Amino acid sequence: MAVNLICIECPRGCELRVEIADGGVSGVTGNFCPKGKLYAETECVRPTRVLTTTARMADGRMLPVKTARPIAKDKLFSVMAAVNRLLPAPPVVIGQILAENISGTGANLVAAAAKN
Amino acid sequence: MKNNVLKKDIVIVGGGPAGLAAAAACYDAGAADTLILEREDALGGILKQCIHNGFGLTRFRENMTGPEYAARFVSEVEKRGIASLTGTTVLGIRAGRGSQKTITAANGRGGIFEIRAKAVILAMGCRERGKGALNIPGSRPAGLYSAGTAQKYVNLYGESVGKEIVILGSGDIGLIMARRMTLEGARVRAVCEIMPYSSGLRRNIAQCLDDFGIPLYLSTTVTRIHGRERVEGVTVAQVDGRKRPVAGTERFIPCDTVLFSVGLIPENELARKAGVEIDPRTRGAAVDETRETSLPGVFACGNVLQVHDLVDFVSEEAELAGRSAAAFALNGAVKKRFVSVENGAGVSYVVPQKLNILRGSAGVSDAAPQSPNFLSGGAEGASNAVPQSPVLLRGGEVKLYFRPDGVYRNAVIEVKDGEKTVAQKNRAAVAPGEMETVTLKPPFTDISGDLTVSIRENGSRETRS
Ligand SMILES: Cc1cc2nc3c(=O)[nH]c(=O)nc-3n(C[C@H](O)[C@H](O)[C@H](O)COP(=O)(O)OP(=O)(O)OC[C@H]3O[C@@H](n4cnc5c(N)ncnc54)[C@H](O)[C@@H]3O)c2cc1C
Ligand code: SF4
Repeated sequence: MAVNLICIECPRGCELRVEIADGGVSGVTGNFCPKGKLYAETECVRPTRVLTTTARMADGRMLPVKTARPIAKDKLFSVMAAVNRLLPAPPVVIGQILAENISGTGANLVAAAAKN
Repeated sequence: MKNNVLKKDIVIVGGGPAGLAAAAACYDAGAADTLILEREDALGGILKQCIHNGFGLTRFRENMTGPEYAARFVSEVEKRGIASLTGTTVLGIRAGRGSQKTITAANGRGGIFEIRAKAVILAMGCRERGKGALNIPGSRPAGLYSAGTAQKYVNLYGESVGKEIVILGSGDIGLIMARRMTLEGARVRAVCEIMPYSSGLRRNIAQCLDDFGIPLYLSTTVTRIHGRERVEGVTVAQVDGRKRPVAGTERFIPCDTVLFSVGLIPENELARKAGVEIDPRTRGAAVDETRETSLPGVFACGNVLQVHDLVDFVSEEAELAGRSAAAFALNGAVKKRFVSVENGAGVSYVVPQKLNILRGSAGVSDAAPQSPNFLSGGAEGASNAVPQSPVLLRGGEVKLYFRPDGVYRNAVIEVKDGEKTVAQKNRAAVAPGEMETVTLKPPFTDISGDLTVSIRENGSRETRS
């Protein structure tokens, strides 16, 4: 079996053709660079995404946040709900860990901007 | 008031990514006396509201969010101690006789004041095309937003703009907002694009629409907006090859909110009033390869010059403009002889619009300026010889940026000087949503006429000679 995917790792957006055999990826073509192959392999087995969103701070301002690494795609909405309960207090520095292993995803939630 | 006038080597209008990168480049090229003027209360420009990632991949080989990318450049500016005034709006620019420019600005602290500068860099960014321009019948109920305005409400103020959304236009901001609103709990029912292709990046269609099962309808437009107080739905219809709705294809989609993502326009009121020549194709200034406009000593970069899809290219272009402005402020004008760079078949515009064929010629060193001493001292500065343009790319190469006017497969990109091909490159596929580049190599002195950039599909029409 073969599936077509768009690699989302960079703006080039390569059109990947992925061969699947025995429940695993047996071949990838169309990738301009090695990241495309890795993407196809993860995407066909356990798709992941970096989540970027905002957290309302204790003082009402909005703080841009992100998961420090990709998380399972089917966890996006449960992490969204967890972020909405956080209410981080200022000051916050860029890169500061706001929640470790958020929602059991294995990823930390970090601040993507500084707020005094 | 006369003695109150501030004097600066370089004034930069706009503190977004373009203004910030230009400022750092000015400093590094020896022009330390630079001032950034920014209308908003913080530096960073539109990136402050672009909380998603995908920034910096080309430049830093890192996947950054907009605020993170902006923070890098803000810290480069702060490290160099470059002055900036936020909350300060530039109202006018006058290019007087000689090399002096007068900038009129206003803020809550000093009222209206003037600054004299040797060089000015325009970095005002762009604004969204208005929904009024669309001419859709129906009244104007609440619930109509441009995608960027919705982005601002949601990301900067944490306000929800609606629950059931239809997005008109498939530009990147619209695609990004489709995902954003979905994550925030809204239901995006459709993205409608009048063209047979999306103007957004393929990766954004994959990760913003496909990931959430949001349908993208191509060759489809909104023909009517329903609702009196608040939007209640839209009628959409397929369009024919001339963008006219096809009778019998109309259908109703209920929604409470419509987002418009129908393109960006450079913010050029200031430039126009100052007398800068505007290119009707880009709606930005017509510039040469140093990013100098038709007014000597006035440079432009970033989205005010051409609408970029990737901020990485904005930074690159801004650094070019910064180095050029520094050379102008420190050395004065150089002698230039232009050929124009035109868009040929398959190309909707090219930046720069003109090329100085004297650049880097006559044995002048190709090294980029390095320090104030290097520039102001030395034999060259002392003599009356007209200094040549600084080098902008390694080895004096010039990169042309352009947009395809359609989707082309097996594309051959050619730059021609009359019948002579001066640069050529092949691409598997090009599309209007993605800016392309082609590099010209020196020398340029033997270019005999105007240059034309064109795209054709390999195998069709003429073959390579
Ligand atoms: C809504 C929106 C979303 C976008 N999303 C993305 C994205 O996801 N990814 C991406 O790569 N690109 C995105 N872009 C494109 C993005 O604008 C550019 O990548 C980049 O921000 C352009 O930088 P700039 O400095 O040219 O413009 P801007 O970031 O717009 O900065 C211009 C600055 O000039 C200031 N200014 C304007 N006029 C004056 C004046 N008269 N006086 C003083 N200051 C003034 C403005 O306040 C602003 O801060 C988006 C653009 C818009 C409009
Ligand atoms: S394969 Fe490499 S070049 Fe192609 S989109 Fe993926 S990361 Fe980018």
